[in-house]
Amino acid sequence: MSTHQVMTEKPMVSTDSYQVVHSKSGVFYSEYERKTDLKHQTHYCPGCGHGVIHKLVAEALDDLQVKDHTILVSPVGCSVFAYYYFDVGNVQVAHGRAPAAATGLKRACPDKLVVAYQGDGDLAAIGTAEIVHAANRGEKITVFFVNNAIYGMTGGQMAPTTLVGQRSTTSPWGRRPVNEGFPLHMCEMLASLEAPVYIERVALCDNKNIMRARRAIRKALELQRGGAGFTFVEILSPCPTIWGKDPIEARRWVGEKMVPSFPLNVFRDRKVEIPNNNVPPHKTVAELVEGEGKAGAHVALPHRQHLFHDLGIKIAGFGGQGVLLLGQLLAEMGMREGLEVSWLPSYGPEMRSGSAHCHVCLSKERVGSPLVSRPNVLIAMNEFSLHKFASQVVPGGLIIYSLGHLPEDFSAPQAQVVCIPAAEIADKLGSAKVANVVVMGALLEETECLSPGTAMQVLETKVKNPNLLEMDRKALDAGRVYIDHTVAVGAVTQADGFAQ
Amino acid sequence: MRQLCKGNVAVIKGAMLAGCGAYYGYPITPASEIAEAAALYLPEYGGTFVQAESETASINMVYGASCAGVRVMTASSGPGLSLMQEGISYLAGAELPCVIVDVMRGGPGLGNIAPEQSDYFAMVKGGGHGNYRNLVVAPASVQEMADLTILAFELADKYRNPAIVLTDGFVGQMMEPLDLEFREIVAPEKPWAVKGTGETRKNMVSSIYLESDDLEEHQRRMEAKYIRAQQMETRSEEYCTSDAELVVVGFGIVSRILRSAVDEARKQGIKVGLFRPITLWPFPSQELAETALRAQRVLVVELSNGQMLEDVRLALDGKRPIEFYGRVGGNVPSIEELVAKIEEHVTAAV
Ligand SMILES: Cc1ncc(C[n+]2csc(CCOP(=O)(O)OP(=O)(O)O)c2C)c(N)n1
Ligand code: SF4
Repeated sequence: MSTHQVMTEKPMVSTDSYQVVHSKSGVFYSEYERKTDLKHQTHYCPGCGHGVIHKLVAEALDDLQVKDHTILVSPVGCSVFAYYYFDVGNVQVAHGRAPAAATGLKRACPDKLVVAYQGDGDLAAIGTAEIVHAANRGEKITVFFVNNAIYGMTGGQMAPTTLVGQRSTTSPWGRRPVNEGFPLHMCEMLASLEAPVYIERVALCDNKNIMRARRAIRKALELQRGGAGFTFVEILSPCPTIWGKDPIEARRWVGEKMVPSFPLNVFRDRKVEIPNNNVPPHKTVAELVEGEGKAGAHVALPHRQHLFHDLGIKIAGFGGQGVLLLGQLLAEMGMREGLEVSWLPSYGPEMRSGSAHCHVCLSKERVGSPLVSRPNVLIAMNEFSLHKFASQVVPGGLIIYSLGHLPEDFSAPQAQVVCIPAAEIADKLGSAKVANVVVMGALLEETECLSPGTAMQVLETKVKNPNLLEMDRKALDAGRVYIDHTVAVGAVTQADGFAQ
Repeated sequence: MRQLCKGNVAVIKGAMLAGCGAYYGYPITPASEIAEAAALYLPEYGGTFVQAESETASINMVYGASCAGVRVMTASSGPGLSLMQEGISYLAGAELPCVIVDVMRGGPGLGNIAPEQSDYFAMVKGGGHGNYRNLVVAPASVQEMADLTILAFELADKYRNPAIVLTDGFVGQMMEPLDLEFREIVAPEKPWAVKGTGETRKNMVSSIYLESDDLEEHQRRMEAKYIRAQQMETRSEEYCTSDAELVVVGFGIVSRILRSAVDEARKQGIKVGLFRPITLWPFPSQELAETALRAQRVLVVELSNGQMLEDVRLALDGKRPIEFYGRVGGNVPSIEELVAKIEEHVTAAV
């Protein structure tokens, strides 16, 4: 252990036989930069537990020779300035968030020691969620939890660990469980989780217990150095200033009042084997960024002549009918035919209520609004959508209705209407799922907006199962043939929109 | 290589190109696909993905990773961004770079999940405590979701400051062709980072400056870099503005609809042009002023009750009449609706 000649603590009055060593760990800075004067003094009050704990932590880091491998996360609380004392990598964070910041640090530096140092307000009140979840994820960090049963820094307000009956500035009549609840037992809480490897509560109530604290702190850090999981040491710690006691009384108070409420114990000390089933990195960024685009790009398509300048398509129906997928397929086809395209879905709860729609724009120029308020083509996959959107279709536009007949009360004088019993056709092919592809066949045949060849190319890249692909091919053909046939006999399509 | 890609996924494609090493986030519609894409892709090349317990935790995990010098990001929507404001203030105060995506939805409160642009004040003007700025870029297409995410990473590192990609539910949810080819993007050295090594041991990341003079000096330094950003980083796009009598101003999805509306109005002989801020902070005030002063009047359109409007007013300083048209609640104006507004303001002028 490297020692310096500077004394930082008042000598502890020792009543038992332990020898008190006045020395300064090499993990402490030789001078503290916090104030221009007082370079050898910490900002802690005389007899404050933080000073003792700092010393124990610094000595442990020194003994483990990890000064160059350690990042200390300082909290908000009296120990907010821990970074002025520890000559290690230092990060200061928001109130209660040390375990989250430590998570980000440890994941970035997995082979370094990341140590969070937190008070009871910091950890057990404002930061409760962060500590519980860091522990539950088994973050391989060490947390030193300084429980002094009070908010020191802000001047003595109630902490979540304030004892029943204990007075504070915000519990002036003493903590009453009926109003403020009971003290929170963090070790016990965290010990209910699977992942932590080491949880112990110690107390700075006398020298014997300080030695136990020393061992616990050391053990936690050692475990982390060895790559073990989440380690946690709660330290019952005196705050003589706020408690209004002299340092000796305060220490005694820890033993007499706090310990009965917060039993000292090793709550967890076990190796937790969490199987590492993470898939090791096996792709390059180039592969991931270029993705499918790369595969698609090999198929050079002759740019087709398109008869429209831009075409807005709205597709609507029930969720599960493949409404959104049909739109994506059309957009992908348009892109492959050299058009500018966009696809905009309805999203969120609306979909869960059962209806879905999407907008597809195909254009020879950069697409302006992706929102198709006046579609050239409406594909209505159910009666509701037909009624809801038919009036939006531009004059001379097209409505494809995926049922055999139009509802009796429906009229769309301005648009041409094509009915196709897509579900029945799909059923005959063997799967109702391909009804959307039947409809696509109808659209391509009726409007010639995109080529069926492109449709098959896109389907080939999207549908991996050969049986399904074959079904899609048949569905596409069936949709086209149906239109061919019905238009020839004039059975379904009528200018006034009424089916026969 | 053109690929049909969702806006939210394009964010992660851009992030990967920019060398994003970690993503910490919490799901929320309409931003969740960003987290999903990060979960899918990042571990494949050795990046980190963690689903945090809240946006508060996410942004502090981002803080931790940024301290270690990692290019790191998170994404959310309004309610999540509200929770992140504390962390954003700390990141700005500690001069830590990171990228935060806000796929805006309807507010206040839980509002709804349809697109709005009502987080403009919260993101562009701050929202967390203290004197700081966010660098804010506003994509209007899937391509820009990737490109401006890359830019956000670069700006964040350059200015050591959080950078926000401010977009909305439509741009996040829509699919468009994305042209992205792999190229080497090298992040700058970060000698200030805390990495748990001997070389970085003396480094310290903190937003605390206890002495008034120290904090003032720190803030003056931050101000200086913000002024530099204002001089160097404004970006905007114009469409048909050279002979425009009316200039319409909109960002993100609104600029797309405005562009279509400009086309329609021009068919009717109306001399209207579009000004689209791409950076919202720094706001392209000078560019806007130059364009608007060539025209007679200005119409600002937003999916809000008039938030960017204030920056347009500041930029024009009363020199041109400014009208405002806003839709909220998730309602997005149609092209026809905006053409009608354009007609209204042109007729009003004669
Ligand atoms: C968000 C936020 N709320 C409140 C505060 C004020 N504050 C600073 S320290 C503190 C309590 C610290 O108590 P504890 O964690 O027990 O540490 P101690 O000072 O007792 O060591 C509070 C409430 C703050 N800094 N940030
Ligand atoms: S107020 Fe209490 S906790 Fe804070 S430094 Fe003083 S004794 Fe320590």
